[in-house]
Amino acid sequence: MVLDAKIPKGPLAEKWSKYKASQNLVNPANKRKLDIIVVGTGLAGASAAASFGELGFNVKAFCYQDSPRRAHSIAAQGGINAAKNYPNDGDTVYRLFYDTIKGGDYRSREANVYRLAEVSNSIIDQCVAQGVPFAREYGGLLDNRSFGGALVSRTFYARGQTGQQLLLGAYGALNRQIKAGKVKMYTRSEMMDVVLVDGRARGIVTRNMVTGAVESHFGHAVVLATGGYGNVFFLSTNAMGSNVSAAWKAYKRGALFANPCYVQIHPTCIPVHGEFQSKLTLMSESLRNDGRIWVPKKKEDAAAIREGRLKGSEIKEDDRDYYLERRYPAFGNLVPRDVASRAAKERCDAGFGVGKTGLAVFLDFKDSINRLGEDAIRARYGNLFQMYEKITDHNPYKTPMMIYPAIHYTMGGIWVDYELQTTIKGLFAAGEANFSDHGANRLGASALMQGLADGYFVLPYTIQNYLADQINVPRIPTDHPAFKQAEEDVKAFINRLKSVNGKQSVDHFHKILGHYVWDFIGMARDKQGLESVIGKIRALKAEFWKDVRIPGEVKGLNTELEKANRVADFFELAELMAHDALEREESCGGHFRTEFQTPEGEAKRDDANFMYVAAWEYKGDNQTPQVHKEPLNYEYIEVKARNYK
Amino acid sequence: MANINVKLKIWRQKNEKDAGKFDVYDLKGVSTDSSFLEMMDVLNEQIIQGGGEPVAFDHDCREGICGACSMFINGRAHGPDTAVTTCQLHMRSFSDGETITVEPWRSSGFPVIKDLMVDRAAFDQILQEGGFVSINTGGVPDANAIPIPKDDADASFDAATCIGCGACVATCKNGSAMLFVSAKVSQLALLPQGRVEASRRAKAMVAKMDELGFGSCTNTGACEVECPKEISIANIARLNREFLGANIKS
Repeated sequence: MVLDAKIPKGPLAEKWSKYKASQNLVNPANKRKLDIIVVGTGLAGASAAASFGELGFNVKAFCYQDSPRRAHSIAAQGGINAAKNYPNDGDTVYRLFYDTIKGGDYRSREANVYRLAEVSNSIIDQCVAQGVPFAREYGGLLDNRSFGGALVSRTFYARGQTGQQLLLGAYGALNRQIKAGKVKMYTRSEMMDVVLVDGRARGIVTRNMVTGAVESHFGHAVVLATGGYGNVFFLSTNAMGSNVSAAWKAYKRGALFANPCYVQIHPTCIPVHGEFQSKLTLMSESLRNDGRIWVPKKKEDAAAIREGRLKGSEIKEDDRDYYLERRYPAFGNLVPRDVASRAAKERCDAGFGVGKTGLAVFLDFKDSINRLGEDAIRARYGNLFQMYEKITDHNPYKTPMMIYPAIHYTMGGIWVDYELQTTIKGLFAAGEANFSDHGANRLGASALMQGLADGYFVLPYTIQNYLADQINVPRIPTDHPAFKQAEEDVKAFINRLKSVNGKQSVDHFHKILGHYVWDFIGMARDKQGLESVIGKIRALKAEFWKDVRIPGEVKGLNTELEKANRVADFFELAELMAHDALEREESCGGHFRTEFQTPEGEAKRDDANFMYVAAWEYKGDNQTPQVHKEPLNYEYIEVKARNYK
Repeated sequence: MANINVKLKIWRQKNEKDAGKFDVYDLKGVSTDSSFLEMMDVLNEQIIQGGGEPVAFDHDCREGICGACSMFINGRAHGPDTAVTTCQLHMRSFSDGETITVEPWRSSGFPVIKDLMVDRAAFDQILQEGGFVSINTGGVPDANAIPIPKDDADASFDAATCIGCGACVATCKNGSAMLFVSAKVSQLALLPQGRVEASRRAKAMVAKMDELGFGSCTNTGACEVECPKEISIANIARLNREFLGANIKS
């Protein structure tokens, strides 16, 4: 298989305009004849569904939550980037593009990322027009802040709730189309399979999570905007329901899955407290603008803190190791996420960690509070400080916060070309569900930008280029054999899960899987560990299929059945992640192979041999998948070692 | 950190039509560092191990922002702590040996689906009537074209933080959705972008709220007390003003 990314010809800055100028469009009368299915209603899905509806297409949108407003985009805290250059500090589209490519450790496509930077400004205009209450200055204009890894202030924000406000904006646009009859919304619906007719995606099969009914839906095209797969780690900052299943079903039907080993471990999360913990809570990295990260210089101080004999605030200034400022004087506490996370792990592994478990570092606001006053800090981070105190029972105004890295975002995802089309014709992937724009590491405030770019400004164009010659394709009735077969497969799968009738709960298996993935495919990986974990995952999966217990009925609402369906796919995804991490014999971004590092412990890329996208093809249950390589060519950027020192 | 033992009195209801009843469970050794929902996870694990059906409840982000979780705990929406959702409530708010009563939101606007899970689709339906600015994607002015006084933007933001959990309705003795509706009406009415349609929006959303069977507001202020995002009933006053103005004009 030759992967054709369909990058338009011409100079980088003109590719997108040229594409739009020459692409095929669908005339308004014909748009009415075309149906589009959108799965997932987060930033990418809701914005795409609303925009399609506005254009005149008939849209069916699906989400597993009880309302599209609850998609996990809502939890994004920090902000959204755009190259507006309102602060006059030197930002340009090119600089945003450059920072994103560099931040991704030179493992993303130039053309896609340039387009992302190019449309970033329109996103801000769009959201403000929708009534998104971004932070403003007293003069009435929008406020910007600098955000992890950027030298300019290009991040727009709405207190610590930017994702919420952007999603509610997109949800409003979606609601308007629902009212207009252009979007039909299906809530509490889980996509169980994608249906192919003559090699093209023509619909999906869903399970109604309230009634248990297995249902088919036709679409001339299908868009997956189903988010990332961080929950393969069990403990993550994702919502409890976030899952890989829609993407995974597409993978099994022939869509390639790209770079699954690129996962982002976010440096500033509240540390794990105990074995019953169900999820991890992120503390926005905007905190790193004013907080300083440190651990004790002396091991005995660290030990005393762990044992509760000493408090962080009692450690003298000279006895503190501000290790990010020490190692990376140019960027200091604002180094990108992958760098900050690994540095925290390095200190904790070396015995300098704090907290009861020793797996925590301090994030200290003492100096900022002294410099700016407590009120200023409260205005910037009040809701985050409150959230921290509710969870930990510690007051971060008085005592330094404790943080530790946690899985947060997945850069890998379904392989898509420039048009966001997968290797299955008519199947598109948007937002975190695709692999396209973040390379091996995502910069802060870029996820919201990408989700909305895909949904508002990319798909509404590119999907028309696909649909233009589909106008004479009649709606395929859902009693077509392809739909019936898919429905039967889904029912058989559900019955197989239910009939295992073993002794252990789904969570029991999911937790074990999470430990495997964290230990072997987490922040540090090596050949031996990766090889061994594949066997462990397969054995655990076999055990799951022998001993899982799903109480209740297949009909009606069954939360354990929902979990089991998702975890069954996580086993397989975990194995694919291990294959990918094993195949990539270099370190880049979020993928750190301990065999490939500089003497200072920095990631060592191998551009000569690994400057490509690894896109995996499904080859059957327990079979080794096949890798296809899409070379990455950098024409406009000089590829360098990433240096934040 | 400590461990406590609790007795849980939990509402069990098979489906919308089932009458439902309280079941009582003993749960031992609950870490006070656990969140309330983590405690529920442990309970469900115990129920599954014992061959029973776990308690169904809505939850997703578990960080207080998605608005999915919705439990009435010891007679209060989202439990005894203030300004938190159920997922942010921690077991340190309870004492050893305590009996904790857990019920679903109870309101005619929110029928029970199963156990502690209710159907809040009515909230979506209300917002579909006008909880947006009627603009299409693209063709909008530059984001800085319209300066907005910071105080207005901040007040709009305060209203916009509503997470649509429904605690206000569940708490209100009349089952009124006025705090929810007013939060969206206020957010948009305070901004020039949303001002254009403010009257139409207020009328349409209030009409839908009435049609869906939510009760009237009698200004008890209970909703404001239980709102996890501390949305002020001043928004209800603003909604009333918009609504009255709209009806005078029409």
